[in-house]
This record gives sequence, structure tokens and C-alpha cells, in this order.
Amino acid sequence: MSYIIDRRLNAKKKSTVNRQRFLRRYRKHIKRAVEEAVNQRSIKEIEQGGQVTIPNRDISEPVFHHGDGGQRQRIYPGNKEYMEGDEFRRPQGGGGGGSGKGKASNQGEGLDEFTFNINQEEFLDFLFEGLELPYMVKKKLRDATQTETRRAGFTTSGSPEKLHIVRSLRAAHARRIALSGKDRRQVRELKRELWKLEDAPTNPENTKRRELLRAEIEALEKKIRKLPFIDDFDLKFTNLVRVPVPSSKAVMFCVMDVSGSMTQAIKDMAKRFFILLYLFLTRNYKQIEVVFIRHHTHAKEVDEEEFFYSRETGGTIVSSALTLSGDVIRDRYPAGDWNIYVAQASDGDNWDGDSDACRQILINRVLPHVQYYAYVEITTGPHQNLWLEYERVREAYPETFAMHQIEEASDIYPVFRKLFARKMEGAA
Amino acid sequence: MTSRPAKKKAPLSTGSEWTFELIEAYDKEIARLAKGFRLDTYPNQIEIITSEQMMDAYSSIGMPLNYNHWSFGKQFVETEQRYKRGQMGLAYEIVINSNPSIAYLMEENTMTMQALVIAHACYGHNSFFKGNYLFKTWTDASAIIDYLVFAKKYIADCEERYGAEAVEELLDSCHALMNYGVNRYKRPQPLTAEEERQRQRDREEYIQRHLNDLWNTIPQKEEQETTRVSRFPKDPEENILYFIEKNAPLLEPWQREIVRIVRKISQYFYPQKQTQVMNEGWACFWHYNLLYGLYDEGLVTDGFMMEFLHSHSSVVYQPPFDSPYFNGINPYTLGYNMMQDIRRICEHPTDEDREWFPQLAGTDWLDAVHYAMQNFKDESFIQQYLSPALIRELRLFEIYDDAESPTLKVSAIHNETGYQRIREDLSAQYNLGNREPNIQVYNVDVRGDRSLTLRHYMYNNQPLGESSEEVLRHLHRLWGFDVHLESVKADDTVCAQYQCPPRQVLETL
Repeated sequence: MSYIIDRRLNAKKKSTVNRQRFLRRYRKHIKRAVEEAVNQRSIKEIEQGGQVTIPNRDISEPVFHHGDGGQRQRIYPGNKEYMEGDEFRRPQGGGGGGSGKGKASNQGEGLDEFTFNINQEEFLDFLFEGLELPYMVKKKLRDATQTETRRAGFTTSGSPEKLHIVRSLRAAHARRIALSGKDRRQVRELKRELWKLEDAPTNPENTKRRELLRAEIEALEKKIRKLPFIDDFDLKFTNLVRVPVPSSKAVMFCVMDVSGSMTQAIKDMAKRFFILLYLFLTRNYKQIEVVFIRHHTHAKEVDEEEFFYSRETGGTIVSSALTLSGDVIRDRYPAGDWNIYVAQASDGDNWDGDSDACRQILINRVLPHVQYYAYVEITTGPHQNLWLEYERVREAYPETFAMHQIEEASDIYPVFRKLFARKMEGAA
Repeated sequence: MTSRPAKKKAPLSTGSEWTFELIEAYDKEIARLAKGFRLDTYPNQIEIITSEQMMDAYSSIGMPLNYNHWSFGKQFVETEQRYKRGQMGLAYEIVINSNPSIAYLMEENTMTMQALVIAHACYGHNSFFKGNYLFKTWTDASAIIDYLVFAKKYIADCEERYGAEAVEELLDSCHALMNYGVNRYKRPQPLTAEEERQRQRDREEYIQRHLNDLWNTIPQKEEQETTRVSRFPKDPEENILYFIEKNAPLLEPWQREIVRIVRKISQYFYPQKQTQVMNEGWACFWHYNLLYGLYDEGLVTDGFMMEFLHSHSSVVYQPPFDSPYFNGINPYTLGYNMMQDIRRICEHPTDEDREWFPQLAGTDWLDAVHYAMQNFKDESFIQQYLSPALIRELRLFEIYDDAESPTLKVSAIHNETGYQRIREDLSAQYNLGNREPNIQVYNVDVRGDRSLTLRHYMYNNQPLGESSEEVLRHLHRLWGFDVHLESVKADDTVCAQYQCPPRQVLETL
């Protein structure tokens, strides 16, 4: 007799725990693979999951086994021309004929590398592990959308699921005691009199009085019984109120230079940087707004699509973008309500005389309001005016202002990590 | 059945789609035929699963449940990757030596494949598990699932109490020595899960109390001192994990229990490692005969047989040694051919067979194959039954490979002088004792630094592989004190030594 069971609907993913343990154990390797992947991939597929390759020797599980050497007799099938006593040179590379190893792997062709896939979710987890927006603080919000439900005592009305049974029954009990107190005291007195009469010798007058008493007691008890066990009046409901909570709202300004001096390669690197940033923000912060600003000689606020794909270009006046940022902050993102971040990418090339203005605008209009300002300069040449001016800014705001240089595509991710590494100090 | 020429019955199915009703119908017919061939099986539990579940089963060493460990995750990730890229088909079936015997059928299979799997696993492997002497002595089919439930729970509890990392480290070390957690001669007692738990608690207490005898520092009387045996253990111990469990001085009770769990599971799989050729051969032999039985009665169509023969012949295909697909001798081929060969010798013996197998020629083939299945393991099975005819058919030849000589030598081929030698050496090739290095616990320096010495008794002067030092590190973790390993030649001379931790070289300044 056989039992046939359909198990297809049983829990799948039995191996999930084991898989996660495997990933955790080799996280260093996986992180390295992820890093390499980010550097090599094209912009469009940067956030996809991917293949991770680990050298086989790093993950093999050791066992005692026979090594090469000594004498072996091995039997092989499919003899074609060999005769007993034939001798031939040992084939190299352990091919079919010769050095049959004691352990023929049943897993196949003996690859040197162990390759497997991780999905997008896992990929991004590894990519952005340990990163955060620095100095995020909770700010009070006028139009707080987040509220928290708190208990606030009890009410006499509410929906049935909030009925508080203990409180309700206690109230009912109290009500019954209160409303029947006088009657019950009377009953007790009458009973006491009755017992006295019952103890006394019987006579007609006595008997009559007793019956009278009994009738009276019964009437009173009936009255007490008529009191309802529970009344609408007794019901008590748990009271919940919604309290607005201060939430952390954040906005990120992405400021990119698209001037003519930015070659296609440099623009590409800048875009990569911002795509990483954008992915990081949308993934790790549910409520974040992103403002995209492109500039050449004048700055323009654009949407995501245009920011990454538009081809408009021109000369360079960096201050135009900073002014626009300052305006947008003033108009839409009061610093009291928002955590403000700015990331700026440029090749460091600026119109002469504008760099000084940039510093002024930054120090006076932007930096006082923002939590963190990150500047990346994508260049292989010597630093120009803008970098020097920004260095002075950094001296003035060492906490808030960070700047790094990117020389080639492989620097992007490390610099990105440096800029947004989790900082140990408390919020500024 | 009556003896008149069997009237062809209507086929059970004509399409390739399977349904539960059809599986039941096929199973019923196959069971009827199997009974006719005296195949005695545990009850079957046939479970239909998806390919994803099959991958899960793959990566928990084929068991329906197992404790958690990263290495199973690695296995899963690897299987998944290879399957998804089409480099590997999943096995059609997994069958578990339990009572009832659990067989997995994949939903993607066609009806033909399901029938093949039922015949192969539910009647072939299953009857092997129940009948073979090794399985009878070494495994307890009714207790394994309970034991795994206990093991999984116990290890999960330990992870909670002592941290996943500590447990993982310990399991890593145990896995490295898993092949040396096998008791080759003593038969363990079968236990139920409840008894197992109770015994585990008792054991914990007992061991912890008695262990310290070995390390007792209270001075003994002088005369006892001198009569004391010079080595501990007195005789070398082959079961290293057992020795660790009972004698490692620094392990906590829970750690001993985990060592024990790994050891028990290793023991459970020990017979499977020793009967691969026979087990697969037996199952192939029967799926072939059972499905042919169905065909003879007209229960399956020609199309069914074509599909069946196609998979059958790819399963029992042996690529020649110089083929890029060659990966050792295919146990399916060898086992299947040997079983068929026994039948041939019984039914149509040649003069050569009469000379080589006087006890088989002309006897009842069914008796002969059952006898072979029940009383042998790969090594002895080949020694006993590999016939010259089969050696010729597979064109077996032997290569003598001496690392010290620049050339390889063909030492035997399929001819009169070679048969005996090929048979003996192929048999030796399946001797587990030759395949794995023979390493035993040799001595503990009880009075001195508590170091543990293992001895590797070399087989044909073959040295240890390169991961040995790594394994020693794991052993060192379990033992807690220095660990030495010596490779010993047949004449008792030590020719290689390993230490963990590596010996400090004292530098003179």
C-alpha cells in the first residue's frame, strides 16, 4: 500500500535560513563582488541583482583525503588499444586517462570559482550596508502626517472591539451595589427580626407577624433582582487618541554641473554617483524628497528623467546652482522642518571670479541651513579655483562640509561610502 | 493469472500528463508485479514536490528536515545556480531510507518518468534498504526521522542559548571529521525520540562527572603508577568523533551532544556509501524488469517504452575513459550490468560461466539476485560476481600509477590473465578503507601536555591531501590541546608529521 501526498503547496524556501547563513559567512567576499559590479556596470543596470564569484578555495570544507603520490591501481572502462604491459607518459592536467584522483567530484567539472546569484534586494543590501545620511535629526512638523496612537483612559462610548470588559463589569457591579444598598439593608434588618421571631415561642400574633415579614422580604428581594446585571450606562471603552509625532523629513539636493567642460566620461561618472545616491535614498529613506538641479551658466530645477538624460549644455557658472538651491530652501524647505542635504558634482572648472561668489553663497545662504554638504570633484588635473575656495569653506564648517575627488570610475563607490559612512558621533 | 497467452490489457494511459489517479493506478500495477518478484518493501509514501522543493531536499543531504548550517546553504545556492543555467538536471527522485519510505516525485516529470521513478525508488531502492544486511545492521529506518527532529530542535536550542556562531564553529569542526565519526564494528542501539532525549540528559551529567578521571590530578599510589599502560586509548580508536565526544577535556555537555548528533548522522549514511553500486544497480535492474512487465501485459504503450528506454539508457551509459564526460566508473552502469549478468548466468550460462560461477549457473535467477542483494556490499559484491563476460563488455583495464615513475603502466586488460586481477582491484577500489585515508586516534599524552596523537596508516604510500592541516585545526578546536598527526608506512616508520598549532621554531638570538 502506498500513500500519495501532494506536497507542492507545502512551505517552500526551506533553505532560506541556510542560504542566509551562507551569505552572512561570506559577506566580505560578496561585498567585494558587489563593489566590482558597481564599477563595471552600465548606469541602467546598476541596481540589478547579480552574480557573485568566490574563489573555491575560500569556501571549501576541508576533509582528510588522499593527496597525489604513492602507488595506485585504478580500473577504467572503454579500453581501445592498450595491451598489458604498455607504458605511456602521464597525461598532464588529470585528463581522462591518467591520474585518477581518489576523489572524483560529483559536483562536476571542478571549477576554480564558486559562482552564484543574489537578487536585487540582497545586492542593494550589500551595496548600502553601513551607510546613512549624517546628522539626521527629528524636526517638528506643522503638517505632520505621522501620528502615533496612544491610550488615553476610558470613555463611555466606542466601538465594540474596544470594549473594556473588566472596567465594564466593575462599573456594573458598582451600580448594582449603589442602587440596591438601601433595600438590602432593609432586607437584612427584616431577616434579623424574622429569625428572632422564629426563635421565640409560637403564638398566633407571632405567626402573623412572621408572614408579614416574609412577604416584605420577598418583595424587596424581587425589587433587587430587577436591577439589570449590566446596563448601557456601565459600558466602558478603551480610549485611543492619535498624537502627532515629530518625524524626520529630509530633502536631498542633487546639483550637477553639465557645462561644456564636462566631457562625456566625466558626466557619466557624475551620473553614476547620483544614481548611487538616488538608489540609496529611495531605498533606505521612505520619506525623502529629492531636488534635482542642473547647471551650466544658469541653473534649472528639473525632474529625474531630465536630470539623468537631458543633453543640454553650456558654459559654467557654479554660483547659479547654489543661488537656486538657496532659493528653493528658503521657499519650500524651511530648515526648522527639514533635514537638508546637498550633493554637488562638478569637474572643478568654473568661470573666473565666480568661485569666490560660490563660497559667499555657500557660507551665507546654504550651509547655515543644511545638515550635510557633500562635494565631489571629478577631475584628473590640478585643482582649480573652486576647490581652493571650497577648502576654505571646509575650514569654516568642518562638520557639515565634506569634499572628495574622483579620478576614475572605480573611485566612485569608495568615495560614496566615505561620504555617507555611518558616523558614530551623535547628531549635530 | 491463467496460463493462456495473456490477453493484452488496455494501457493505463496514453498521454504524457500525470494525474494523481494515474500515479495510483501505476503504483498498484507495479506493486503487483513487484510482489511477484518477491520484492519486500517498507510502505511507500510518495510525495509530489516542485523543483524548488527538490533543490531544498538536495541541499539538506536528501533528508526531509535537517539542522541549519551554512554549508547546506552553499549547497543550495550551487544547485540553484546550476539548475537555473541548465547545466544540470535535477535528479528525478530522492528516496529516503525510513519507514515508511519517502520518495519524492517532481511535478515537472512526465507520466513515464513518474512510473520509472516509482519502480526505481519505491520498489528498487526501498527493497534494498529493507533487505541488505548493512542497512539492517547499521540503520534504523523507523527512528531516523524522529532523530532528525530531535537533532534539529536540539541544535536550534543551542543556538539560542550559546549563540549561532559558537554552534556554527562547532559544526564546522564536526563536519570536517564527519567521515571519521563512524563506528565500523559496534552496532548502536535503536532508540525512540523520547528515550533519546532522556538518555541525552543522563549522558550529559554522567560524562561530565566521569570524564575528569582521565585528568585526575590527585596523586595515585606508586605501584599503580608503574603498572599503568603506556598509551591511552589502549587500542587505536578509528571513530575520532566518538573519541572526542567521550574524552575531549574541555567540551561543554551541549557540545558533546552536538558532536554526537553529527556522528550519528554520519553513521546513518555509512551503509549508503558502501553500497552505491549495488543499490543503484538493484534499483535500475528492477525498474527495467518491472516496466517491461507492464509492457508485456499491454499496460503501457510503445511511446511510453520509447521514452522510458531513452532515459534508462542515458542513466546506465558509461562514457569511455577518454571521453570528456568521463567521471569515473558509473555506479549505475556497473551495478545494473552486474545484476543483469547474474540473471544471464543463471538462465543462459556459457562454459566460461560454468567454470567461474558453478554455484550460479542454471539456478533460479530470482533466488540468486535476492541472495546477492541481501548479503553483500560493493566491495564483496564485485569480488564475488564480476564476470569475465562483463569485463569484456565494459572493456575494463587497469592502470598502475606509481608517482615515482614517469610513466603509467597498463597492468591488466580484459584477457585471460587480467580477469582475476581486474576483479580484485576493482573490488579494492570500492573498499571504503582504501578510498579514505585510514586515520586513527593513537595516543593521548595523559601525564604531560595532554596532546592528542593521530596515526595515518598509509595505503600504498599515498600521502594526505592538502586540506589536512585545515582539518587538524578543526580537531584542535574540539580537543582543546595540541594535536599531532603522523603518517606511518607499512613498516611502522613515520614519514610525515603534522601539528596543530604549528610547532614554534625557537630562534636563538
